[in-house]
Amino acid sequence: MNGAVERLDGGVRRHAGTIGRTVVRGDELVRHPVYTRIVHWSVAIFFVLALLSGFAIYSPWLYRSLTPLFGGGPMTRLLHPWFSLGFAALFILQFFNWLAPMAWNRDDRRWIRRLRSYVSNTDEVEPEYVGFFNAGQKLYFWAIVASAVLFLLSGIPMWFPAIFGRIAVAIGYVVHDVAALLMLGGFIVHVYEGTAAQPGTFSSMTRGTVDRRWAWTHHPAWYRHATGRDPRADYNQARAARPGGPTGR
Amino acid sequence: MPTGTLQIKAISAHPGSIPGLGVQREAEVCKYIDVTTCIGCKACEVACVEWNDLPYQQTTFDNTYQTMPHTTWNYWNLIKFNEHPRDDGTLMWLMRKDQCMHCEDPGCLRACPADGAIVQYTNGIVDFQQENCIGCQYCISGCPFDVPKFNSTTKKVYKCTLCSDRVGQGLEPACIKSCPTGCLKFGTKADMRAVADARARQLREHSGFPNAGVYDPPSVDGTHVIYVLHDITNPEMYGGLPSNPTIPPAYTAWKRVAKPVGLLLALFAAPVAFFHYITEGPKEPSPPAAPGLDEPRLPPPGTGGSPRQPEVPR
Repeated sequence: MNGAVERLDGGVRRHAGTIGRTVVRGDELVRHPVYTRIVHWSVAIFFVLALLSGFAIYSPWLYRSLTPLFGGGPMTRLLHPWFSLGFAALFILQFFNWLAPMAWNRDDRRWIRRLRSYVSNTDEVEPEYVGFFNAGQKLYFWAIVASAVLFLLSGIPMWFPAIFGRIAVAIGYVVHDVAALLMLGGFIVHVYEGTAAQPGTFSSMTRGTVDRRWAWTHHPAWYRHATGRDPRADYNQARAARPGGPTGR
Repeated sequence: MPTGTLQIKAISAHPGSIPGLGVQREAEVCKYIDVTTCIGCKACEVACVEWNDLPYQQTTFDNTYQTMPHTTWNYWNLIKFNEHPRDDGTLMWLMRKDQCMHCEDPGCLRACPADGAIVQYTNGIVDFQQENCIGCQYCISGCPFDVPKFNSTTKKVYKCTLCSDRVGQGLEPACIKSCPTGCLKFGTKADMRAVADARARQLREHSGFPNAGVYDPPSVDGTHVIYVLHDITNPEMYGGLPSNPTIPPAYTAWKRVAKPVGLLLALFAAPVAFFHYITEGPKEPSPPAAPGLDEPRLPPPGTGGSPRQPEVPR
Protein backbone atom coordinates (compact mmCIF):
# COMPACT_ATOMS: atom_id res chain seq x y z
CA MET A 1 0.00 0.00 0.00
CA ASN A 2 2.93 2.29 0.65
CA GLY A 3 4.01 1.79 -2.92
CA ALA A 4 0.63 2.88 -4.13
CA VAL A 5 0.72 6.00 -2.04
CA GLU A 6 4.23 6.87 -3.12
CA ARG A 7 2.97 7.15 -6.64
CA LEU A 8 1.09 10.19 -5.47
CA ASP A 9 3.55 13.00 -5.45
CA GLY A 10 3.51 15.79 -2.92
CA GLY A 11 1.59 18.04 -5.23
CA VAL A 12 -1.34 15.69 -5.29
CA ARG A 13 -1.28 15.45 -1.54
CA ARG A 14 -1.38 19.18 -1.17
CA HIS A 15 -4.10 19.57 -3.75
CA ALA A 16 -6.21 16.83 -2.28
CA GLY A 17 -9.26 18.91 -1.68
CA THR A 18 -12.79 18.57 -0.47
CA ILE A 19 -15.46 16.02 -1.34
CA GLY A 20 -16.45 16.12 -4.99
CA ARG A 21 -13.09 17.24 -6.18
CA THR A 22 -11.42 13.89 -6.24
CA VAL A 23 -7.82 13.76 -7.25
CA VAL A 24 -6.94 11.02 -9.70
CA ARG A 25 -3.36 10.03 -10.26
CA GLY A 26 -2.54 7.00 -12.33
CA ASP A 27 -4.40 4.07 -10.86
CA GLU A 28 -5.05 5.77 -7.54
CA LEU A 29 -7.99 7.89 -6.44
CA VAL A 30 -7.74 10.09 -3.37
CA ARG A 31 -10.99 9.24 -1.64
CA HIS A 32 -10.57 10.97 1.71
CA PRO A 33 -8.42 14.12 1.82
CA VAL A 34 -6.17 14.87 4.76
CA TYR A 35 -8.74 17.00 6.60
CA THR A 36 -11.38 14.26 6.45
CA ARG A 37 -8.91 11.66 7.69
CA ILE A 38 -7.68 13.76 10.59
CA VAL A 39 -11.24 14.57 11.64
CA HIS A 40 -12.33 10.94 11.25
CA TRP A 41 -9.56 9.56 13.44
CA SER A 42 -9.89 12.33 16.02
CA VAL A 43 -13.58 11.50 16.28
CA ALA A 44 -12.73 7.80 16.41
CA ILE A 45 -10.25 8.23 19.28
CA PHE A 46 -12.74 10.10 21.43
CA PHE A 47 -15.50 7.69 20.41
CA VAL A 48 -13.53 4.70 21.64
CA LEU A 49 -12.49 6.47 24.84
CA ALA A 50 -16.10 7.47 25.56
CA LEU A 51 -17.30 3.98 24.61
CA LEU A 52 -14.89 2.15 26.92
CA SER A 53 -15.28 4.53 29.85
CA GLY A 54 -19.05 4.47 29.38
CA PHE A 55 -19.13 0.68 29.29
CA ALA A 56 -17.40 0.52 32.64
CA ILE A 57 -20.19 2.57 34.18
CA TYR A 58 -22.85 0.85 32.10
CA SER A 59 -22.24 -2.71 33.08
CA PRO A 60 -21.18 -4.25 36.40
CA TRP A 61 -19.29 -7.07 34.77
CA LEU A 62 -17.24 -4.69 32.63
CA TYR A 63 -16.60 -2.29 35.51
CA ARG A 64 -13.66 -4.15 36.99
CA SER A 65 -11.90 -4.76 33.70
CA LEU A 66 -12.37 -1.34 32.09
CA THR A 67 -12.09 1.24 34.88
CA PRO A 68 -8.36 0.56 35.47
CA LEU A 69 -7.74 1.79 31.91
CA PHE A 70 -8.84 5.26 33.01
CA GLY A 71 -7.32 5.33 36.49
CA GLY A 72 -10.12 3.74 38.50
CA GLY A 73 -13.84 4.23 38.91
CA PRO A 74 -13.94 7.88 40.03
CA MET A 75 -11.53 8.92 37.28
CA THR A 76 -13.57 7.00 34.70
CA ARG A 77 -16.69 8.86 35.83
CA LEU A 78 -14.81 12.16 35.73
CA LEU A 79 -13.36 11.64 32.24
CA HIS A 80 -16.35 10.07 30.49
CA PRO A 81 -18.31 13.31 29.92
CA TRP A 82 -15.17 15.07 28.72
CA PHE A 83 -14.40 12.27 26.25
CA SER A 84 -17.97 12.64 25.04
CA LEU A 85 -17.67 16.38 24.64
CA GLY A 86 -14.46 15.84 22.66
CA PHE A 87 -16.32 13.40 20.44
CA ALA A 88 -19.26 15.76 19.99
CA ALA A 89 -17.10 18.79 19.22
CA LEU A 90 -15.04 16.95 16.63
CA PHE A 91 -18.05 15.21 15.14
CA ILE A 92 -19.56 18.62 14.40
CA LEU A 93 -16.63 19.15 12.01
CA GLN A 94 -17.28 15.79 10.37
CA PHE A 95 -21.02 16.53 10.24
CA PHE A 96 -20.52 19.63 8.14
CA ASN A 97 -17.71 18.03 6.16
CA TRP A 98 -19.97 15.15 5.10
CA LEU A 99 -23.40 16.76 5.19
CA ALA A 100 -23.68 17.08 1.39
CA PRO A 101 -22.56 13.56 0.36
CA MET A 102 -24.66 12.03 3.17
CA ALA A 103 -27.91 13.50 1.81
CA TRP A 104 -30.49 10.77 1.32
CA ASN A 105 -31.89 10.34 -2.20
CA ARG A 106 -33.99 8.00 -4.33
CA ASP A 107 -31.03 5.83 -5.26
CA ASP A 108 -30.53 5.09 -1.58
CA ARG A 109 -34.04 3.67 -1.36
CA ARG A 110 -33.22 1.43 -4.31
CA TRP A 111 -30.02 0.35 -2.57
CA ILE A 112 -31.82 -0.51 0.66
CA ARG A 113 -34.26 -2.72 -1.27
CA ARG A 114 -31.37 -4.83 -2.54
CA LEU A 115 -29.64 -4.95 0.86
CA ARG A 116 -29.89 -8.74 0.88
CA SER A 117 -27.81 -9.13 -2.27
CA TYR A 118 -25.34 -6.58 -0.92
CA VAL A 119 -24.88 -8.57 2.29
CA SER A 120 -24.52 -11.85 0.44
CA ASN A 121 -22.02 -10.42 -2.08
CA THR A 122 -24.21 -11.53 -4.97
CA ASP A 123 -22.95 -8.98 -7.48
CA GLU A 124 -19.36 -8.60 -8.62
CA VAL A 125 -19.70 -4.81 -8.60
CA GLU A 126 -22.24 -2.44 -7.08
CA PRO A 127 -25.10 -1.00 -9.15
CA GLU A 128 -24.08 1.99 -11.24
CA TYR A 129 -26.07 4.47 -9.18
CA VAL A 130 -24.01 3.96 -5.99
CA GLY A 131 -22.18 7.23 -5.39
CA PHE A 132 -19.56 8.48 -2.96
CA PHE A 133 -21.40 6.92 0.00
CA ASN A 134 -23.84 4.06 -0.27
CA ALA A 135 -27.11 4.01 1.67
CA GLY A 136 -25.65 1.84 4.42
CA GLN A 137 -22.90 4.33 5.09
CA LYS A 138 -25.46 7.12 5.10
CA LEU A 139 -27.64 5.22 7.56
CA TYR A 140 -24.68 4.77 9.88
CA PHE A 141 -23.84 8.48 9.62
CA TRP A 142 -27.39 9.53 10.50
CA ALA A 143 -27.58 6.94 13.26
CA ILE A 144 -24.47 8.49 14.77
CA VAL A 145 -25.98 11.96 14.44
CA ALA A 146 -29.24 10.83 16.08
CA SER A 147 -27.56 8.97 18.91
CA ALA A 148 -25.09 11.83 19.49
CA VAL A 149 -28.04 14.18 19.99
CA LEU A 150 -29.71 11.67 22.34
CA PHE A 151 -26.42 11.25 24.21
CA LEU A 152 -26.04 14.98 24.70
CA LEU A 153 -29.65 15.60 25.71
CA SER A 154 -29.64 12.77 28.23
CA GLY A 155 -26.04 13.09 29.33
CA ILE A 156 -26.14 16.68 30.51
CA PRO A 157 -28.80 16.00 33.18
CA MET A 158 -26.81 12.94 34.24
CA TRP A 159 -23.71 15.12 34.51
CA PHE A 160 -25.45 17.77 36.61
CA PRO A 161 -28.21 15.91 38.49
CA ALA A 162 -28.46 18.61 41.16
CA ILE A 163 -29.72 21.06 38.53
CA PHE A 164 -32.01 18.81 36.51
CA GLY A 165 -33.50 16.66 39.24
CA ARG A 166 -34.21 13.07 39.97
CA ILE A 167 -36.73 12.25 37.23
CA ALA A 168 -34.66 13.81 34.43
CA VAL A 169 -31.71 11.65 35.49
CA ALA A 170 -33.81 8.49 35.64
CA ILE A 171 -35.19 9.12 32.14
CA GLY A 172 -31.80 10.20 30.82
CA TYR A 173 -30.30 6.99 32.17
CA VAL A 174 -32.51 4.91 29.86
CA VAL A 175 -32.17 7.23 26.84
CA HIS A 176 -28.39 7.26 27.26
CA ASP A 177 -28.28 3.47 27.24
CA VAL A 178 -30.51 3.19 24.17
CA ALA A 179 -28.25 5.63 22.31
CA ALA A 180 -25.22 3.62 23.41
CA LEU A 181 -26.64 0.36 22.08
CA LEU A 182 -27.59 2.01 18.78
CA MET A 183 -24.09 3.40 18.39
CA LEU A 184 -22.38 0.20 19.47
CA GLY A 185 -24.22 -2.02 17.00
CA GLY A 186 -23.53 0.41 14.17
CA PHE A 187 -19.91 0.80 15.21
CA ILE A 188 -19.22 -2.94 15.08
CA VAL A 189 -20.69 -3.19 11.57
CA HIS A 190 -18.77 -0.05 10.57
CA VAL A 191 -15.43 -1.48 11.72
CA TYR A 192 -16.12 -4.80 10.00
CA GLU A 193 -17.12 -3.19 6.69
CA GLY A 194 -14.15 -0.87 6.83
CA THR A 195 -11.59 -3.62 7.39
CA ALA A 196 -12.12 -7.33 6.83
CA ALA A 197 -15.34 -7.18 4.80
CA GLN A 198 -14.01 -4.97 2.03
CA PRO A 199 -10.29 -5.22 1.30
CA GLY A 200 -8.88 -1.89 0.18
CA THR A 201 -11.33 0.19 2.21
CA PHE A 202 -9.14 0.73 5.24
CA SER A 203 -6.43 2.45 3.22
CA SER A 204 -8.96 5.02 2.08
CA MET A 205 -9.08 6.29 5.63
CA THR A 206 -5.42 5.77 6.51
CA ARG A 207 -3.46 7.06 3.50
CA GLY A 208 -6.52 8.39 1.73
CA THR A 209 -6.34 6.42 -1.50
CA VAL A 210 -8.16 3.59 -3.20
CA ASP A 211 -7.38 1.94 -6.50
CA ARG A 212 -9.62 2.08 -9.55
CA ARG A 213 -10.89 -1.47 -9.14
CA TRP A 214 -12.06 -0.63 -5.64
CA ALA A 215 -13.75 2.53 -6.85
CA TRP A 216 -15.73 0.95 -9.68
CA THR A 217 -16.57 -2.07 -7.56
CA HIS A 218 -17.98 -0.26 -4.54
CA HIS A 219 -18.87 3.24 -5.72
CA PRO A 220 -19.36 3.22 -9.52
CA ALA A 221 -21.16 6.57 -9.73
CA TRP A 222 -18.36 8.20 -7.80
CA TYR A 223 -15.84 6.55 -10.13
CA ARG A 224 -17.67 7.98 -13.10
CA HIS A 225 -17.78 11.41 -11.51
CA ALA A 226 -14.14 11.37 -10.40
CA THR A 227 -12.49 9.93 -13.51
CA GLY A 228 -14.97 10.82 -16.19
CA ARG A 229 -14.96 7.22 -17.32
CA ASP A 230 -17.63 4.56 -17.56
CA PRO A 231 -17.18 2.24 -14.54
CA ARG A 232 -18.89 -0.75 -16.14
CA ALA A 233 -16.93 -0.41 -19.36
CA ASP A 234 -13.65 -0.16 -17.46
CA TYR A 235 -14.63 -3.10 -15.34
CA ASN A 236 -15.41 -5.21 -18.40
CA GLN A 237 -12.21 -4.07 -20.06
CA ALA A 238 -10.17 -5.03 -17.00
CA ARG A 239 -11.79 -8.44 -16.89
CA ALA A 240 -11.10 -8.99 -20.56
CA ALA A 241 -7.50 -7.90 -20.16
CA ARG A 242 -6.80 -10.51 -17.53
CA PRO A 243 -5.08 -13.73 -18.55
CA GLY A 244 -7.79 -16.15 -19.58
CA GLY A 245 -10.20 -13.49 -20.69
CA PRO A 246 -13.57 -12.38 -19.32
CA THR A 247 -14.32 -15.71 -17.71
CA GLY A 248 -10.86 -16.00 -16.27
CA ARG A 249 -12.01 -15.98 -12.71
CA MET B 1 -18.85 -8.43 66.50
CA PRO B 2 -18.49 -6.65 63.18
CA THR B 3 -18.23 -9.93 61.37
CA GLY B 4 -21.68 -10.80 62.66
CA THR B 5 -23.69 -7.62 62.54
CA LEU B 6 -21.82 -6.14 59.61
CA GLN B 7 -22.04 -9.16 57.37
CA ILE B 8 -22.52 -7.69 53.89
CA LYS B 9 -25.79 -8.72 52.28
CA ALA B 10 -25.81 -6.87 48.96
CA ILE B 11 -23.09 -5.09 46.99
CA SER B 12 -23.85 -2.57 44.25
CA ALA B 13 -22.95 -3.60 40.72
CA HIS B 14 -21.14 -6.68 42.00
CA PRO B 15 -21.15 -9.81 39.87
CA GLY B 16 -21.20 -13.12 41.66
CA SER B 17 -21.88 -14.23 45.20
CA ILE B 18 -21.33 -12.24 48.36
CA PRO B 19 -18.56 -13.50 50.65
CA GLY B 20 -19.78 -14.94 53.93
CA LEU B 21 -23.49 -14.58 53.26
CA GLY B 22 -25.79 -17.04 54.95
CA VAL B 23 -23.25 -18.63 57.32
CA GLN B 24 -24.53 -16.81 60.40
CA ARG B 25 -27.93 -16.11 61.92
CA GLU B 26 -28.36 -12.45 62.72
CA ALA B 27 -31.31 -10.34 63.70
CA GLU B 28 -32.06 -7.25 61.66
CA VAL B 29 -31.65 -3.97 63.51
CA CYS B 30 -34.09 -1.09 63.49
CA LYS B 31 -34.32 2.49 64.67
CA TYR B 32 -37.64 3.42 66.23
CA ILE B 33 -38.75 7.05 66.05
CA ASP B 34 -41.88 8.09 67.91
CA VAL B 35 -42.80 11.37 66.26
CA THR B 36 -45.51 11.93 68.86
CA THR B 37 -43.08 12.21 71.78
CA CYS B 38 -40.25 14.08 70.04
CA ILE B 39 -39.72 17.51 71.64
CA GLY B 40 -37.45 18.83 68.90
CA CYS B 41 -34.45 19.35 71.18
CA LYS B 42 -32.00 18.46 68.39
CA ALA B 43 -29.74 16.51 70.74
CA CYS B 44 -29.67 13.78 68.05
CA GLU B 45 -28.47 16.31 65.46
CA VAL B 46 -25.56 17.30 67.68
CA ALA B 47 -24.75 13.71 68.62
CA CYS B 48 -24.66 12.73 64.93
CA VAL B 49 -22.27 15.50 64.01
CA GLU B 50 -20.12 14.79 67.06
CA TRP B 51 -19.86 11.02 66.74
CA ASN B 52 -19.27 11.07 63.00
CA ASP B 53 -16.79 13.92 63.42
CA LEU B 54 -18.40 15.89 60.62
CA PRO B 55 -17.15 19.40 59.88
CA TYR B 56 -19.49 22.07 61.20
CA GLN B 57 -21.32 24.29 58.82
CA GLN B 58 -23.30 27.46 59.20
CA THR B 59 -26.96 26.91 60.00
CA THR B 60 -29.72 28.52 57.99
CA PHE B 61 -32.57 30.42 59.63
CA ASP B 62 -35.71 30.30 57.51
CA ASN B 63 -38.36 31.38 60.06
CA THR B 64 -38.76 27.85 61.38
CA TYR B 65 -37.15 25.89 64.16
CA GLN B 66 -35.25 23.84 61.61
CA THR B 67 -31.47 23.94 61.69
CA MET B 68 -31.32 24.12 57.90
CA PRO B 69 -33.71 23.44 55.00
CA HIS B 70 -32.56 19.88 54.37
CA THR B 71 -29.83 17.42 55.26
CA THR B 72 -26.43 17.97 53.65
CA TRP B 73 -23.38 15.84 52.97
CA ASN B 74 -22.03 16.70 56.44
CA TYR B 75 -25.37 16.97 58.28
CA TRP B 76 -27.07 13.60 58.10
CA ASN B 77 -29.72 14.01 60.75
CA LEU B 78 -32.23 16.87 60.78
CA ILE B 79 -35.37 17.51 62.81
CA LYS B 80 -38.01 18.75 60.40
CA PHE B 81 -40.56 21.11 61.92
CA ASN B 82 -44.03 21.49 60.45
CA GLU B 83 -47.12 23.36 61.59
CA HIS B 84 -50.12 21.37 60.52
CA PRO B 85 -53.63 22.94 60.84
CA ARG B 86 -56.24 20.41 61.94
CA ASP B 87 -59.86 20.30 60.89
CA ASP B 88 -61.04 21.69 64.24
CA GLY B 89 -58.88 24.79 63.77
CA THR B 90 -56.18 23.78 66.21
CA LEU B 91 -52.57 23.45 65.20
CA MET B 92 -50.30 20.43 65.33
CA TRP B 93 -46.63 21.12 65.79
CA LEU B 94 -44.88 18.22 64.11
CA MET B 95 -41.25 17.26 64.53
CA ARG B 96 -39.79 14.48 62.49
CA LYS B 97 -36.23 13.25 62.67
CA ASP B 98 -35.17 13.05 59.01
CA GLN B 99 -32.28 10.77 58.05
CA CYS B 100 -31.55 7.72 55.92
CA MET B 101 -34.37 5.17 56.19
CA HIS B 102 -32.11 2.15 55.50
CA CYS B 103 -34.60 0.56 53.11
CA GLU B 104 -34.74 -3.20 52.87
CA ASP B 105 -34.84 -2.63 49.07
CA PRO B 106 -32.53 0.39 48.75
CA GLY B 107 -33.01 2.55 45.64
CA CYS B 108 -29.50 3.97 46.06
CA LEU B 109 -27.94 0.51 45.88
CA ARG B 110 -30.13 -0.42 42.92
CA ALA B 111 -29.06 2.66 41.01
CA CYS B 112 -25.34 2.58 41.86
CA PRO B 113 -23.08 1.50 38.95
CA ALA B 114 -19.86 1.30 41.00
CA ASP B 115 -18.78 -2.07 42.33
CA GLY B 116 -18.76 -1.92 46.12
CA ALA B 117 -19.70 1.73 46.57
CA ILE B 118 -22.89 0.86 48.45
CA VAL B 119 -23.31 -2.21 50.65
CA GLN B 120 -26.21 -3.54 52.64
CA TYR B 121 -25.40 -5.50 55.78
CA THR B 122 -27.53 -8.44 56.85
CA ASN B 123 -28.59 -6.35 59.83
CA GLY B 124 -30.28 -4.01 57.36
CA ILE B 125 -27.89 -1.08 57.46
CA VAL B 126 -27.21 0.45 54.02
CA ASP B 127 -23.74 1.91 54.04
CA PHE B 128 -21.79 3.97 51.51
CA GLN B 129 -18.17 2.98 50.95
CA GLN B 130 -16.73 6.28 49.81
CA GLU B 131 -13.44 4.76 48.63
CA ASN B 132 -15.40 2.96 45.90
CA CYS B 133 -17.78 5.83 45.11
CA ILE B 134 -17.27 7.34 41.67
CA GLY B 135 -19.42 10.40 42.29
CA CYS B 136 -21.95 9.73 39.54
CA GLN B 137 -24.84 10.61 41.93
CA TYR B 138 -27.20 7.97 40.51
CA CYS B 139 -27.94 7.00 44.13
CA ILE B 140 -29.40 10.46 44.68
CA SER B 141 -31.90 9.96 41.87
CA GLY B 142 -32.53 6.38 42.98
CA CYS B 143 -33.44 7.36 46.56
CA PRO B 144 -37.16 8.02 47.21
CA PHE B 145 -36.34 9.93 50.41
CA ASP B 146 -33.77 12.41 48.98
CA VAL B 147 -31.17 11.23 51.49
CA PRO B 148 -27.74 10.89 49.79
CA LYS B 149 -25.94 14.20 49.41
CA PHE B 150 -23.03 15.01 47.08
CA ASN B 151 -19.85 16.74 48.16
CA SER B 152 -18.62 18.61 45.11
CA THR B 153 -15.10 18.92 46.54
CA THR B 154 -14.44 15.26 47.29
CA LYS B 155 -16.77 14.12 44.46
CA LYS B 156 -18.31 11.56 46.81
CA VAL B 157 -21.79 11.01 48.20
CA TYR B 158 -22.48 10.79 51.95
CA LYS B 159 -25.38 9.88 54.21
CA CYS B 160 -26.35 8.49 57.59
CA THR B 161 -24.57 5.18 58.33
CA LEU B 162 -26.96 4.24 61.14
CA CYS B 163 -23.68 4.42 63.06
CA SER B 164 -22.63 1.10 61.53
CA ASP B 165 -19.31 1.52 63.34
CA ARG B 166 -21.08 1.70 66.71
CA VAL B 167 -23.60 -1.01 65.85
CA GLY B 168 -20.78 -3.26 64.75
CA GLN B 169 -19.40 -3.00 68.29
CA GLY B 170 -22.74 -3.70 69.92
CA LEU B 171 -23.59 -0.06 70.67
CA GLU B 172 -26.70 1.87 69.73
CA PRO B 173 -26.42 4.72 67.19
CA ALA B 174 -25.30 8.09 68.57
CA CYS B 175 -28.69 9.74 68.01
CA ILE B 176 -30.40 7.04 70.10
CA LYS B 177 -27.92 7.47 72.93
CA SER B 178 -28.51 11.22 73.07
CA CYS B 179 -32.33 11.20 73.03
CA PRO B 180 -33.72 12.55 76.34
CA THR B 181 -37.39 11.61 75.86
CA GLY B 182 -37.12 8.02 74.75
CA CYS B 183 -38.81 8.77 71.47
CA LEU B 184 -35.80 7.11 69.83
CA LYS B 185 -35.18 3.45 70.46
CA PHE B 186 -32.90 0.89 68.88
CA GLY B 187 -33.17 -2.88 68.71
CA THR B 188 -34.09 -5.73 66.42
CA LYS B 189 -36.57 -5.04 63.69
CA ALA B 190 -39.13 -7.38 65.21
CA ASP B 191 -38.86 -5.79 68.66
CA MET B 192 -39.05 -2.22 67.37
CA ARG B 193 -41.98 -3.06 65.16
CA ALA B 194 -43.79 -4.55 68.15
CA VAL B 195 -43.07 -1.45 70.27
CA ALA B 196 -44.21 0.80 67.44
CA ASP B 197 -47.42 -1.18 66.89
CA ALA B 198 -48.21 -1.02 70.62
CA ARG B 199 -47.57 2.73 70.70
CA ALA B 200 -49.75 3.29 67.62
CA ARG B 201 -52.53 1.27 69.22
CA GLN B 202 -52.21 3.35 72.37
CA LEU B 203 -52.49 6.54 70.28
CA ARG B 204 -55.54 5.23 68.48
CA GLU B 205 -57.35 3.92 71.50
CA HIS B 206 -56.39 6.34 74.26
CA SER B 207 -55.01 9.56 72.78
CA GLY B 208 -57.58 10.54 70.18
CA PHE B 209 -55.52 9.79 67.08
CA PRO B 210 -57.68 7.28 65.20
CA ASN B 211 -55.35 7.29 62.21
CA ALA B 212 -52.18 6.69 64.19
CA GLY B 213 -49.93 4.07 62.66
CA VAL B 214 -46.44 2.82 61.92
CA TYR B 215 -44.52 4.05 58.88
CA ASP B 216 -42.65 1.04 57.51
CA PRO B 217 -43.37 1.39 53.77
CA PRO B 218 -43.85 -1.96 51.98
CA SER B 219 -43.04 -0.38 48.60
CA VAL B 220 -39.35 -0.61 49.56
CA ASP B 221 -39.88 -3.90 51.45
CA GLY B 222 -39.92 -2.02 54.75
CA THR B 223 -37.29 0.20 56.28
CA HIS B 224 -34.84 -0.18 59.14
CA VAL B 225 -35.91 3.20 60.45
CA ILE B 226 -39.61 3.23 61.38
CA TYR B 227 -41.85 6.06 62.52
CA VAL B 228 -44.87 6.18 64.76
CA LEU B 229 -47.11 8.85 63.21
CA HIS B 230 -50.27 10.52 64.51
CA ASP B 231 -51.75 10.14 61.04
CA ILE B 232 -50.40 7.35 58.89
CA THR B 233 -52.75 8.38 56.05
CA ASN B 234 -50.85 11.62 55.50
CA PRO B 235 -47.12 11.16 56.00
CA GLU B 236 -46.45 14.10 53.66
CA MET B 237 -47.40 16.53 56.42
CA TYR B 238 -44.29 15.48 58.35
CA GLY B 239 -41.92 17.41 56.11
CA GLY B 240 -42.47 15.49 52.90
CA LEU B 241 -42.34 11.87 54.01
CA PRO B 242 -43.61 10.04 50.88
CA SER B 243 -46.71 7.89 51.42
CA ASN B 244 -45.61 5.51 48.67
CA PRO B 245 -41.83 5.72 48.25
CA THR B 246 -40.77 4.09 44.98
CA ILE B 247 -37.54 3.52 43.14
CA PRO B 248 -37.60 4.89 39.55
CA PRO B 249 -38.44 1.95 37.27
CA ALA B 250 -35.39 2.82 35.18
CA TYR B 251 -33.24 1.53 38.03
CA THR B 252 -35.07 -1.75 38.53
CA ALA B 253 -36.33 -3.44 35.39
CA TRP B 254 -33.94 -1.51 33.20
CA LYS B 255 -30.78 -2.23 35.12
CA ARG B 256 -31.60 -5.85 35.82
CA VAL B 257 -33.01 -6.94 32.46
CA ALA B 258 -32.85 -4.42 29.64
CA LYS B 259 -29.22 -3.44 30.17
CA PRO B 260 -27.59 -6.88 29.91
CA VAL B 261 -30.00 -8.01 27.19
CA GLY B 262 -29.46 -4.82 25.20
CA LEU B 263 -25.72 -5.05 25.54
CA LEU B 264 -25.72 -8.65 24.35
CA LEU B 265 -27.93 -7.71 21.39
CA ALA B 266 -25.60 -4.87 20.39
CA LEU B 267 -22.52 -7.02 20.85
CA PHE B 268 -24.25 -9.68 18.75
CA ALA B 269 -23.14 -7.59 15.75
CA ALA B 270 -19.61 -8.90 16.36
CA PRO B 271 -20.36 -12.65 15.88
CA VAL B 272 -22.69 -11.72 13.01
CA ALA B 273 -19.81 -9.91 11.32
CA PHE B 274 -17.47 -12.81 12.03
CA PHE B 275 -19.81 -15.42 10.60
CA HIS B 276 -20.53 -13.18 7.64
CA TYR B 277 -16.80 -13.18 6.96
CA ILE B 278 -16.43 -16.95 7.14
CA THR B 279 -19.56 -17.64 5.08
CA GLU B 280 -19.97 -14.86 2.52
CA GLY B 281 -16.38 -13.71 2.72
CA PRO B 282 -14.94 -10.33 1.85
CA LYS B 283 -16.07 -8.38 -1.17
CA GLU B 284 -12.88 -7.94 -3.14
CA PRO B 285 -12.49 -5.28 -5.78
CA SER B 286 -13.40 -6.91 -9.05
CA PRO B 287 -11.76 -8.27 -11.08
CA PRO B 288 -9.17 -9.56 -8.65
CA ALA B 289 -5.57 -8.74 -9.41
CA ALA B 290 -4.06 -11.67 -11.29
CA PRO B 291 -0.56 -13.04 -10.68
CA GLY B 292 1.94 -10.93 -12.50
CA LEU B 293 -0.66 -8.32 -13.24
CA ASP B 294 -0.46 -5.95 -10.31
CA GLU B 295 -3.07 -3.42 -11.40
CA PRO B 296 -5.37 -3.32 -14.39
CA ARG B 297 -3.61 -1.36 -17.09
CA LEU B 298 -5.88 1.20 -18.61
CA PRO B 299 -5.72 3.99 -21.11
CA PRO B 300 -5.04 7.38 -19.56
CA PRO B 301 -8.06 8.99 -17.95
CA GLY B 302 -10.27 10.98 -20.24
CA THR B 303 -9.96 8.78 -23.28
CA GLY B 304 -12.97 6.61 -22.52
CA GLY B 305 -15.68 8.84 -23.93
CA SER B 306 -15.73 10.95 -20.83
CA PRO B 307 -18.45 13.43 -19.94
CA ARG B 308 -16.05 15.40 -17.81
CA GLN B 309 -12.32 15.87 -17.75
CA PRO B 310 -10.82 14.55 -14.52
CA GLU B 311 -8.58 16.76 -12.51
CA VAL B 312 -4.98 15.69 -12.53
CA PRO B 313 -2.98 18.25 -10.61
CA ARG B 314 0.66 18.36 -11.38
